[in-house]
Amino acid sequence: MLNNSPYLLKPASVRSVMLRVLAALIPGVVAYVWFFGAAVLVQLTIASLAALAGEAVMLSLRNKPPRTIWMFVSDGSALVTAWLIALTFSPIVPWWLMVVAVLFAIVVVKHLFGGLGQNPFNPAMAAFCLMIVAYPQLMSQWPAVGFTDFAAQWQVIFGERSLDALVTATPLDYLRTQLHTADARATVAGVLGSGASFGNIGGKGWEWVAAGYLAGGLWLVQQRIITWHIPAAFLAMMAAASGLAHLVSPEQFAGAVFHTFTGGAMLGAFFIATDPVSGATTPRGKLIYAAGIALLTWIIRSFGAYPDGIAFATLLMNICVPLIDMKTQPPVFGRKKGQP
Amino acid sequence: MRRLFNFHGGVKPPTHKTHSNREPIAQAPLFAEYVVPLHQSIGGTPQPLVKAGDLVLKGQRIGAADGNMSSAVHAPTSGVVKAVEMRTAAHSSGLTTLSVVIESDGRDQWCELTPLDWRALPPAQVREHLQNAGVVGLGGAVFPSHLKVNPGKQGHLDTLVINGAECEPFITCDDMQMRERGDTVVKGAAILRDLTQAKQVLIGIENNKPEAIAAMEATVKALGVERIEIVPIPTRYPAGGAKQLIRVLTGIEVPHGHRSTDYGVQCFNSGTAAAIYEALELGKPLISRIVTVAGNVEKPRNYEVLFGTAMKDMIALVGPKPDTDRVIMGGPMMGYLMPNDGVPVVKATNCILVGSAALFPPPPSEMPCIRCGECAKACPADLAPFELYWFSKAKIFGKAQEYHLFDCIECGCCAFVCPSRIPLVDYYRFAKSEIWARERDNSAADTARLRYEFRLEREEREKREKAAKLAAKAAETKAKLAAAEAAAAAGNSGEVAAPAPGADDAKKALIAAAMAKAQAQKAAVAPANTETLTADQQAQVTKIEARRAEVEAATAQAAQATLAANPEAKSDAE
Repeated sequence: MLNNSPYLLKPASVRSVMLRVLAALIPGVVAYVWFFGAAVLVQLTIASLAALAGEAVMLSLRNKPPRTIWMFVSDGSALVTAWLIALTFSPIVPWWLMVVAVLFAIVVVKHLFGGLGQNPFNPAMAAFCLMIVAYPQLMSQWPAVGFTDFAAQWQVIFGERSLDALVTATPLDYLRTQLHTADARATVAGVLGSGASFGNIGGKGWEWVAAGYLAGGLWLVQQRIITWHIPAAFLAMMAAASGLAHLVSPEQFAGAVFHTFTGGAMLGAFFIATDPVSGATTPRGKLIYAAGIALLTWIIRSFGAYPDGIAFATLLMNICVPLIDMKTQPPVFGRKKGQP
Repeated sequence: MRRLFNFHGGVKPPTHKTHSNREPIAQAPLFAEYVVPLHQSIGGTPQPLVKAGDLVLKGQRIGAADGNMSSAVHAPTSGVVKAVEMRTAAHSSGLTTLSVVIESDGRDQWCELTPLDWRALPPAQVREHLQNAGVVGLGGAVFPSHLKVNPGKQGHLDTLVINGAECEPFITCDDMQMRERGDTVVKGAAILRDLTQAKQVLIGIENNKPEAIAAMEATVKALGVERIEIVPIPTRYPAGGAKQLIRVLTGIEVPHGHRSTDYGVQCFNSGTAAAIYEALELGKPLISRIVTVAGNVEKPRNYEVLFGTAMKDMIALVGPKPDTDRVIMGGPMMGYLMPNDGVPVVKATNCILVGSAALFPPPPSEMPCIRCGECAKACPADLAPFELYWFSKAKIFGKAQEYHLFDCIECGCCAFVCPSRIPLVDYYRFAKSEIWARERDNSAADTARLRYEFRLEREEREKREKAAKLAAKAAETKAKLAAAEAAAAAGNSGEVAAPAPGADDAKKALIAAAMAKAQAQKAAVAPANTETLTADQQAQVTKIEARRAEVEAATAQAAQATLAANPEAKSDAE
């Protein structure tokens, strides 16, 4: 059966989109390995394998023929989910926790909602939320900067060694704890100047990982995989909210640069909020959606019970997507304002 | 430098134009047979003016326009009409259409041509001439041109746009025409300028045709025509869409469902301008056009082709490659697959695109939509194609229309860029045709309902009329009786009460006869199980029968009493 027009097609595929997203993550991963050791590579591998297995099993349970199963397993979308989970979790979480998280994302959040393109929620962020609620302790133990002993990390991941001596809180977590619980006289400047976990502009080491994500993200914009709207609105809102609060009360609130280069902000701006399936699609909608995630993230960071809030903020804004999209449909040709 | 405007979206497919624009336009040879479909433009199917066996001359009208929204059709060459019959149309459906089959006599002898002194004639007459000359839009939409040659409500156009953009890949017929026969295009544009009272004429040509632009500029200068400007525009598909070109040249966006003349603009294809020049100044009806024959062929080229020429005859001239598997009319973005290569070249045939699986590989398997928004970025109508896709697929047609499904021009940009390789345009075509079908069903249902209501009303009315008639008749009878009685009374006043008892007796006799008959019938059909009864049962039955007879007699008496009391009751019961 011959198809209808158009007969010319641009060379494009879901796979090439997903593979380029994975490639864009590599600079951040390189910085990650440099500062925090190769543990993250182990987690990326575990997550990838779990995701591909989960994807294949779910597709066969959904009675897809082998060719279709291969088409979907090889489309790269499961790998993107897996990588985002591995990169947002601590690199020294137990292997089974990573497997459970990835399977939850792929099996429940993705396939039970209809598979590729159908999930209303960002699978990686839903997995993050589940795990931080289910295993708060394990989820908030991070390797200290300079702890790059791969053998030790391996032993922690596979449960052959206890965590105690190796772990620390993330910079955001440390700052929050200091400001809210430890000492009533603590100030942002004092905390940032004191700890060994803080670098020039963000968390020590983490600021370079964030820079890596920024570089990869800008490449995605250049490749036209994502538009500027979501990262720009995300970073602008994050900077505006934190910057304004910092101006009002510098002792209580960290500044704009710290917030944008710490925690999941960069990854969120370029790789998480930009998930097309669960995100807003219209230009104005993207601005609202991303700004909403950034604002909620900052609120959760500053006033909430969790050190970082990207995951919760993303899910909350995922809920709003249908409404945002409906209300921000751009005017069509000939029906714009100012038309005669 | 003229300020140009941008339209949203668009794509840059490989243009493939240099295959066919290196050779000059060639004249297609005379073939033995031409199959000219009568329906070659938007609107009604022209009525055939010839029958089998008729001799026709080249340019002779063989189909008369059917109403205003229609355009005439002419014999492409001289010869004999072999048949007027159904033949396969140049349409994807493969349906047949009434066509005039002409056997060429080889002399290619023109009929008498009568140029029109269009300057001296009223516009309506000029339009009629164009309709009779069969001039329709040659960009591919084949809208009857005479309907477009008008200055609009305000009495003049601000801008007349001549479309030489030719944005579809592979097609170079307008390019070559402007290069070689630019004078006809410019002269046509000047005629249209005067007919539409246009303040300015802008001839938009995509800047990937520098030769055509140079040739047209030289022609404008050489002819010394005024208020006509050649405007190179950026090469971006679909810049040659009428609405997109108007937008690029004037900044005006003509909404779907509106006339561009309401916005002071009108757009004609460059080939149409040339056809209008030939129809008015030379008196030549539209019987041929320039056709690009390209694609999977050895020697792609442009030909001047008579309508009715079989596509396979044209393809044979350019040497199709062995792996050829399809013929497309039009370009690769919006063209239509032909049912076979024997269908005729018609007014809409700007290109015969020969295809193969290697040239136009079948799209890879369709993946689910990931809402990446590439289609929305590419859509020149500023639609949200993926939303239309969801609604079309789910058959939520109301929502699809709310998202302006019918503003879609089916340019194919969305499907061109879609990474999930979804044949998006097919979904829109499906949704549109479903909506049209539903509207037809609805209007059919409306008609049926109206008919039914009308019938009920008619029946009611007839009943009322019948009743009125009966009442009138009864009144008349009464009046007659009264008159007769009056006459009788005048003659013999003592016999006034006499007729009434007589009538009563007759009635009683009738009733008695009827009852006797009924009883006889009852006896005749008496149940068979009473024949083999025991003595006791027989005794019971007899008793019951006796009681029943008593009751019946009483009832009959009561009825008689009623009748006697109220003689009218009988006629009412009837």
